[in-house]
Amino acid sequence: MAPMDTNIESRTIAVLVDNEPGVLARVIGLFSGRGYNIESLTVTEVDVAHGLSRITVVTSGTAQILEQIKAQLGRLVPVHRVRDLTKEGTSVERELALIKVAGAGEKRVEALRIADIFRARVVDSSHDHFVFEMTGKSDKLDVFVDLMQPLGLIDVSRTGVVAISRGAKAL
Amino acid sequence: MATEQFTGAEIVIKALKDQGVDTVFGYPGGAVLPIYDAIFKQNDIKHVLVRQEGGAVHAAEGYARSTGKVGVVLVTSGPGATNAVTGLTDALLDSIPLICLTGQVPTHLIGNDAFQEADTTGITRPCTKHNYLVRDIESLSRTMHEAFYVAQNGRPGPVVIDLPKDVQQGKIDTYLAPEDVKHRSYRPQVNGEVDHINEAVELIANAKRPVFYVGGGVINSGSSASTVLTELVRLTGAPCTTTLMGLGAYPGTDKQFLGMLGMHGTYEANLAMYNCDVMINVGARFDDRITGVIDEFSPDSKKIHIDIDASSINKNVMVDIPIVGDAGRVVEEILRIWKEKKHSLDAKSLKAWWSRIDEWRAKDCLGYVQDGPIIKPQHAIKRLYELTKDRKPYITTEVGQHQMWAAQYFHFDEPKKWMTSGGLGTMGYGLPAAVGAQLAHREDLVIDISGEASFMMNMQELGTIAQYRLPVKIFVVNNQWMGMVRQWQQLLHGNRHSESYSDALPDFVKLAESFGLKGMRCEKAEDLDQMLQEMIDSPEPVIFDCQVAKEENCYPMIPSGAAHYEMLLGPEDTAAKPISEEGMVLV
Repeated sequence: MAPMDTNIESRTIAVLVDNEPGVLARVIGLFSGRGYNIESLTVTEVDVAHGLSRITVVTSGTAQILEQIKAQLGRLVPVHRVRDLTKEGTSVERELALIKVAGAGEKRVEALRIADIFRARVVDSSHDHFVFEMTGKSDKLDVFVDLMQPLGLIDVSRTGVVAISRGAKAL
Repeated sequence: MATEQFTGAEIVIKALKDQGVDTVFGYPGGAVLPIYDAIFKQNDIKHVLVRQEGGAVHAAEGYARSTGKVGVVLVTSGPGATNAVTGLTDALLDSIPLICLTGQVPTHLIGNDAFQEADTTGITRPCTKHNYLVRDIESLSRTMHEAFYVAQNGRPGPVVIDLPKDVQQGKIDTYLAPEDVKHRSYRPQVNGEVDHINEAVELIANAKRPVFYVGGGVINSGSSASTVLTELVRLTGAPCTTTLMGLGAYPGTDKQFLGMLGMHGTYEANLAMYNCDVMINVGARFDDRITGVIDEFSPDSKKIHIDIDASSINKNVMVDIPIVGDAGRVVEEILRIWKEKKHSLDAKSLKAWWSRIDEWRAKDCLGYVQDGPIIKPQHAIKRLYELTKDRKPYITTEVGQHQMWAAQYFHFDEPKKWMTSGGLGTMGYGLPAAVGAQLAHREDLVIDISGEASFMMNMQELGTIAQYRLPVKIFVVNNQWMGMVRQWQQLLHGNRHSESYSDALPDFVKLAESFGLKGMRCEKAEDLDQMLQEMIDSPEPVIFDCQVAKEENCYPMIPSGAAHYEMLLGPEDTAAKPISEEGMVLV
């Protein structure tokens, strides 16, 4: 018998599902019921004509667990396709964040300066706050949020990861 | 001319009829009254009134498992649906195709905490293969047929259809027939990967110590799967063992059959699994009752795993050749290639392998001594088998020691004769399951091998047996203990029998008589055969209270936390191999 691989890896998995009531609960219930991790999960309808939604889930586990997660997702009745974007070729991953920073004086200037470096856009502001919009890879968002922490960060809203494979082929 | 109008309830009945359903197990209530009214107005579908909804689901399981058809359940909303949950979970774990129709409050009241409202699709989502809430009558006929397709295709399982009362009462002039409905995406793979099948054939052909490890997937695949599997096993000359769910998939009295494997399987079956060089898993799932501690499970073998459910492969045990497909179809293909290439196993190696197996067999791991007047439970079941085997009875069981003894001492030469709660281990399964099996096979002998504690869990179904004059034989192996609990308390918890004594039992003979059934009690070994014969010959339903040795344990046994070659063969072994702390944590 092959020895079990105990390395924990992170994977981004795309799941195409029927956009029907309960389908998200089915996917989430599978993860909680079987004790798998969800690091990020996004879902929205992507094909209105055919009633299809796309779920992007970032999960982690040993190679065996990750294969198991994909197989378990694949056997849900409303699931059309399951693709491992991390393992099957390369992919583009993006996340969007809205970040609210409140304050005045030096800190406010510094926040705006860093936002500029990170190419964050100001989408709302007053004399004592900014709301920044930022899109990028999740770790870039993490760094920006960390930098805002001492500068008056009061609220963060993030979408979670969306991802798509590189190249000319569809899911 | 006005077009024909159907109510939702009529569509439900029409769809059932078009799906070939002849029997529905159910219990009425407010939210399903329109469907019950539609049942009243027709004669094609027989409704069997159970005494509690849990009984309906197990009865449908017994019906499904003994016929190979889909079992159908009809219950009301709220408590009707929640009572069905155990049976649905049971059917999910044992891959039994069921349709469970549940009433629901009208759509405008959903979410209002209405009377007898429960979030049925929410509650049953993790315990069904799939479920539906039908929100409008337009989608009703499609949903009905789709549900039947999902329940029986791929790995079978239970499907719930939640039917709000206004949908049942609504009217529509269109009905989709089964052939008009195609599921948009669900297409399970049934033919295994050709490359993998070829590799598997080569691996088997070069094996020196092969073993076939056969599970319930072969039975679910249909009778022809058992036929081709049996032919393949006989052609190779290799030994074959089955899981609890697989009993009957290979002839139980055949000389190549090693008996059941696993926690209470035979010594020879488990040792053959440990020592084999090629393991051919056909429709089994390496569950924890089979493997013992995973790290020491059959470490030197190459493993082939045939399963229709890709998620069963590499879940517990990593295998060398995975084949996703229907057990019958894949085995048929293996058999075809085997014959075409005129393969045969190396005779010398096979002979040496069988002589090792014969040494393990010589341990006579199922041996027991019946002396004196007290009936040994093993003896009771063995005699029941001997006296009934010519009639090829349908056997159901409850859960516990009696279940394991039945699996060990009863032998099944055909599939679909054996119905037991394997995955979930549901006490109370056997009596209603026997109701379902007997309804499907009115002229055949149906026996529920029961324990006195399990029997009490669903004994309300005696009412169903009495109402429909079902000649079910309820064979109660009565040791006045929850025997398996007591056994584990003895082995793991210093013999402290916490709450495992069956106190305040009814007088089973009087209980039977109070329902108009025949009651019998046997207390002496010398009376056993004659009384068993009387039970078998009786055209009546019978409760047979078989008073057996109280503190007999079920052996052989792989204790929890041990490897599958470390079997306890009897009480004398127990002291020598104390069970580890880690083992005690396991169930």
